[in-house]
Amino acid sequence: MTKVPKKILNDPRRAVTEMIDGLLAASDGRTRRLPGLDALVKTTLPADRVALLIGGGSGHEPLFHGFVGDNMGDGAACGQVFAAPAPHVIYETAKALDRGRGILFLYGNYAGDTMNFDIAAEMLQDEGIDVRTIRISDDVAAAPPERKHDRRGIAGDLLMIRVAGGAVATLGTLDEVERVVNKAGDWVRSMGVAVSAGSIPETGKLTFELADDEIEVGMGAHGEAGFARQKLASADVVADQMIEKILSDLPFVPGDEVALLINNLGATTMMEMLVVNRRLRQRLDEAGIRVHRTDVGTWLTVQEMAGFSITLMKLDDELKGLLDMPCRSVGFSNMGAA
Amino acid sequence: MDAKASVAMLRAVAEAVIANVDVLTDADLATGDGDHGIGMRRGFEAALVALDAPPATIDAAFRATGMAIMANTGGAAGAVFGTVFTAGAKAFAGQDEITPNSFRHFLADAQAAVSKRGGVVEGQKTMLDALGFAARAAAVEGDLAEAMTAAAKGAQDGVEATKAMIATTGKARSLGERSIGHPDPGAISVAIILGAMRDYTAA
Repeated sequence: MTKVPKKILNDPRRAVTEMIDGLLAASDGRTRRLPGLDALVKTTLPADRVALLIGGGSGHEPLFHGFVGDNMGDGAACGQVFAAPAPHVIYETAKALDRGRGILFLYGNYAGDTMNFDIAAEMLQDEGIDVRTIRISDDVAAAPPERKHDRRGIAGDLLMIRVAGGAVATLGTLDEVERVVNKAGDWVRSMGVAVSAGSIPETGKLTFELADDEIEVGMGAHGEAGFARQKLASADVVADQMIEKILSDLPFVPGDEVALLINNLGATTMMEMLVVNRRLRQRLDEAGIRVHRTDVGTWLTVQEMAGFSITLMKLDDELKGLLDMPCRSVGFSNMGAA
Repeated sequence: MDAKASVAMLRAVAEAVIANVDVLTDADLATGDGDHGIGMRRGFEAALVALDAPPATIDAAFRATGMAIMANTGGAAGAVFGTVFTAGAKAFAGQDEITPNSFRHFLADAQAAVSKRGGVVEGQKTMLDALGFAARAAAVEGDLAEAMTAAAKGAQDGVEATKAMIATTGKARSLGERSIGHPDPGAISVAIILGAMRDYTAA
């Protein structure tokens, strides 16, 4: 008999809408819903700023909508579970955020997101609104380096949103914002490992199958295949396997400074992630790479999937400054400099 | 087929897609993340609502269907299947009847628009493969029922053809050669849609 995952929900078909209601309540008045839409924007938007619109499929909470807040996203368009938002949701969110300085669309590089955000961008451009698009493609397991444009976006999203949120707060033009966010995108690399599957609430079905003694290194955030299905191994072995792929991809070289992020895909314990972090710091020290700041936590989830991902972003002074800015949202807050 | 019958046909199409939600879910679980069925159900349920006040013309009915799908399905499926109906609607502009010829134009226009929107060509294991097979198969002598029968058969052949293909776009791309043997769920949806058109017209 197939095991049906347990979830405490009301009507699964209303889960996204009810989740957003809860998210708005948790923001204590700092975000509001666009009437009738699964979309939220900051309650207070400073005048004369470039707008930062983030978004994508739901089910990955707190990503993306949980990252609307101070020095982070200005607003988010939300899709159903694992499905891109529809064009009119993106369009209406963009209209609510536009302050005449242009809009940056920042989202994960998936076919569905690309099509829906592009349709919305064309609608806005027809009205004379300047829209630029940056698709996050940090997953090194998804395609070889020469096809980086084919890679998916995973937990590097959080670092990208913080860089972009800092950029729209401090830089005056869409050109400048686009330049610095593209730099961050060029320098961010991630990889995940899956231990067990998550499920979509409405279908109640697991998105993939893994034997009890198996893990899949390089698996994507929706159960997309990775590059190695293998027997369960120790934290040090798995961490080494992942960090070697990440380091050699950019490549990161001795003397580089980086932001290190370890993300829980849903059901992995903090204990496991900290044990992995211990090993990663040993490996990075040996490689002559200095960690400027570390974030270990739960930011891009795949429902009850177990596993984690590792992200490195190479930093220069400009990116360090942006990542170190204080920021506040339901999903991530930061007091300031590392 | 006049505007009134076209609306009834589109309702039959929507009901067929909704009835196959589990077929589409299971097909998508094999190569993707398993949301294709519920997404298509959301979109086509909205299409039924959009057709409750029957549009007066054939192209308005197809456009209303496409807009409802685009706005409610989400994901790649919403953009792609919405485009099938909104772009395909142009083939019926200013016409009081769906003819075998305008039906063939509908398929060709839909195929071209989906290819442009998705940046895909045939052979990448997508719904475009079923649409391409259907568009070519529809080039037969005969009446509308014969053209639709041929198109539905073509779409089914397209579904079969996707089994041998390696996915090179979308979430299934990461499977590489492991995608061989599985049909593309979007192609199955095309076959369901064209099969429902055939069934309505033949009845």
